[in-house]
Amino acid sequence: MFSGYLTIAVFLPIATALLIALMPRRDQWIRWTAIGATVVELVLTITIFIRYEIDKGGVQFVDLFGNWIPIEGFDARYLLGVDGLSAPLVLLTGILGAAAAFASWRIKHRVREYFIWLLILQSSVMGVFVSLDLLLFFIFWEIELIPMFMLISGWGTGRPRYSAMKFVIFTLAGSAFMLVAILALFMSGQIGTFAMVSIPEEGIVGIPEKMALATGLIAPTALIFAFFLIAFAVKLPVWPVHSWLPDAHTDAPTAVSVMLAGVLLKMGGYGLIRISAGFFMESPDFQIRDAGWILAIGAAISIVYGAVLTLRQTDLKRLIAYSSVSHMGFVMLGVAAVSATGSKTASGGLNGAALQMFTHGTITGLLFLLVGMTYERAHTRHIPDMGGLAPKMPLIATAFLVAGLASLGLPGLSGFAAEITVFLGTWDVWPIATGISAFGVVLAAAYILWMVQRVFFGPRPERFDDAEDATIVDLIPVVGLIAPIVIVGIWPAVITDTFEIGIKATLGL
Amino acid sequence: MNSHDIYLISPQIAMAVLAGLIVVIDLVVSDKRLVSAAAILGLAAPLLFTLILWFDAPDDNVGLFGAFVVDKFALFFQILFVGVAAMVFLASTKYQERFEGFRGEFVALMLFSLTGMMLLASARELITMYVALELTSLPAAALVAWLRDDRSSEAGLKFLLMSALSSALLLFGVVFIYGFTGSTFFSEIVTRIADMQATGVLSADEPFGSYALMFGVVLLMLGLAFKLSSVPSQMWVPDVYEGSPTPVAAFLSVASKAAGFAIVLRLIYAALPDPQVSMDTGNLFAVLAAVSMTVGNIAAIRQTNIKRLMGYSTIAQAGYIMVGVAAVAASAEGGGSSSGGPQGVLFYLMGYGFTNLAVFFAIIAITNRTGNDMISSFAGMAKRSPLFAGLLTIGLLSLLGFPPTVGFMGKAFIFSSAVNSGLLWLAVVGMVNSAASAFYYLRIVRTMYLDDADDDKKIGGDIPLTLATGLTATGVVVLGVAPWFLLKFAEIAVEGLAIR
Repeated sequence: MFSGYLTIAVFLPIATALLIALMPRRDQWIRWTAIGATVVELVLTITIFIRYEIDKGGVQFVDLFGNWIPIEGFDARYLLGVDGLSAPLVLLTGILGAAAAFASWRIKHRVREYFIWLLILQSSVMGVFVSLDLLLFFIFWEIELIPMFMLISGWGTGRPRYSAMKFVIFTLAGSAFMLVAILALFMSGQIGTFAMVSIPEEGIVGIPEKMALATGLIAPTALIFAFFLIAFAVKLPVWPVHSWLPDAHTDAPTAVSVMLAGVLLKMGGYGLIRISAGFFMESPDFQIRDAGWILAIGAAISIVYGAVLTLRQTDLKRLIAYSSVSHMGFVMLGVAAVSATGSKTASGGLNGAALQMFTHGTITGLLFLLVGMTYERAHTRHIPDMGGLAPKMPLIATAFLVAGLASLGLPGLSGFAAEITVFLGTWDVWPIATGISAFGVVLAAAYILWMVQRVFFGPRPERFDDAEDATIVDLIPVVGLIAPIVIVGIWPAVITDTFEIGIKATLGL
Repeated sequence: MNSHDIYLISPQIAMAVLAGLIVVIDLVVSDKRLVSAAAILGLAAPLLFTLILWFDAPDDNVGLFGAFVVDKFALFFQILFVGVAAMVFLASTKYQERFEGFRGEFVALMLFSLTGMMLLASARELITMYVALELTSLPAAALVAWLRDDRSSEAGLKFLLMSALSSALLLFGVVFIYGFTGSTFFSEIVTRIADMQATGVLSADEPFGSYALMFGVVLLMLGLAFKLSSVPSQMWVPDVYEGSPTPVAAFLSVASKAAGFAIVLRLIYAALPDPQVSMDTGNLFAVLAAVSMTVGNIAAIRQTNIKRLMGYSTIAQAGYIMVGVAAVAASAEGGGSSSGGPQGVLFYLMGYGFTNLAVFFAIIAITNRTGNDMISSFAGMAKRSPLFAGLLTIGLLSLLGFPPTVGFMGKAFIFSSAVNSGLLWLAVVGMVNSAASAFYYLRIVRTMYLDDADDDKKIGGDIPLTLATGLTATGVVVLGVAPWFLLKFAEIAVEGLAIR
């Protein structure tokens, strides 16, 4: 079967990158081509999201191309598809890809190379979310590093080279464990497939189903689980492997921070749900529910520790970066609900985790976008030097406030919906960790409101007198990101219905 | 020696004759470019004989009184050697100009060294192995010193001394094995060890069954480690790579290493397949692999000279390949198992050949013009020479094991066989090392793409060099995306190995 949607979605950006490489060196043309491609990509992802039939469920839009390593017993397929878990994340990638392209409007330096890397980045992230073959998934997971490395070290600020290398080494070290885990799974006779899900129509039996029956894996099941967990924990990131994130975010150019916070971190959460939870729910010898306490503790520490560190930041961008550590902790906390037994159910917590990924993507993406705009106008990110910017740039200030309120979990915006779902889902299972994590929300209110107050209100230094407000081009991505925040905030079901069907299928409930 | 022996050894003879002819041609012609051309065209002869043997696959494939075997495993390596030689000659056409009056000898010595490697791949007797090794190393020592400046001479001397030292170790090991088993023929050694195992001469408590055998095998392998450029005989590598002419470094890093692995695999399969011995050999290689990777990678991080860096990089790469060897030897069925093991090593070696040649050729192209081996002189190379910067990037990403290059596929195969053999810890060490190597490989890429050049002059390569770099880099990508052809090739080659 070959529906083609996803293949186009994965390869459209990279094809555009090739086109740009061959185009004449006219910066304006390159910008419009890149933006055009990401907008087409956005339309495509919206189409995929809308046309995903929730009633039918399962994997849809399958692109299958038999064995691309046709060796006996090496069953690696080109297998793309979306289910309820990945469809919203595909949409998220489309939204943020377009937003990042618009946000790159002001890049003046080596425009051509910049957009080439940005488009390759989008292709690879898209590939991660739609690959349903573990080896293909891993390949896209790795490819994503090169454009990130080049973008951060080439167009970043501060200490870009240090941060880019730190990012790459952390992630590569994590994925090293993942590759060993993948091979260990595959080499175990009873598994013998790389398919991450079962697709009955195609006669594909995925790893989760095989795991349920597998005995005597090549390595202890708990060890394989731990290896996967390391990779995802680095990517998410969770304390104590989070330290690459503040550096990479702070030093990356605006659009790259948007992509990094918006989509790249979600790869970790996606892997956690699809692989850690999906594969190890019913595996013999060891089940993920036995490791739930590790997830819960890691999550609680990340949330509170991240929030406390955020409070102390004086660099606007670094502040948002640390808040990501705290907020991604909620994803981990939601996943910890897999330990639910008896009458309690895990799906609530995981739904919350998935929704938190989507909302954090849009909210933090927007925050980074606005930080970038503020920085361009104020020429500083040092919070104590700022103040009173709201009257000069009312549009940016308003958008910042909306994003900030969504981030701290104001009811009616999407952050609240996600966090409350996580809390409700996890409370039954891990009451203490959930209780501690609730402090994260209180601290979030503190650091967001304090930051907005210090940056946009109060006395204004004279040098900001000629600061200008956002232009139309600036506003397009801002509006594009506020829309899902508000829509999901008022009507979370638009996303959660899809997530729910996917998570139920993933967990085999 | 009868006519059948001559048939079996025809590729080696052709290679040696070609070397002699090159010396003559060099005396006769005045345009020295013809020498390179003759060498490249002349390689068709050994290749032809190799291919005939491959397709003919004679049943009686053991010759020279049982000292020499022509199976597909040996022929696989012979094809690899011929290919490497052709590429190196092609790439060094222009580089050879700086040797002035010594071009013919340069080519001829390289061909003699290749003859040694081809013999080594076919050796199934310890003395033959030793002679082939010496034939490989001695011309190489001269080639290393070919630039005749301080650095190059020092490198040549170092190479010669280290080579002599490891030969001594190797011979000492040979003596132990001969003394213990009473034979130098691999096939005899197998049966003697099997007999001893059956009659209880070998003890399950002693490593390798007996301390005598342990000394024999360990010394033998340590002597061979010189060829593999792995720990503990790795000290010569960075100095020699830095001092020697770049094409020679490329040649050594690929062909010489492949020859070493050929004989190591042959020893494990044909001489030491006894489960107990094989298991311990596997453990020996596992430890050497882990140390090699770590030492190579850690030392590479601080390098500023690209050839030196490549030297440490090959030490690390030797470590990765040894992971595969360890997996083969340590697999539960003993060294005789053909499933999932040695074809991964062969695949990696071939893929590594393409990769490292592409990297070295791109380095030749760039340093030919900049006249400087410092990594900092690669700044802005993406602007000055987009083609070579791109090809070098492909090669470096493949060394790093990044998809979709052949390096990734090779690592996947090697580490999966390690996992399969229960060497999970080694696979983890290997992958973490491979992650750490990003630091120095990507640093070169970054320098080329993001740093500003102090000189905007465009850099182009001569046509043969561009062709050689392009061909090898294309191989890196094609084999990464479509690895089945090479894997099938390796599988066929390995089938012959299991049958003794």
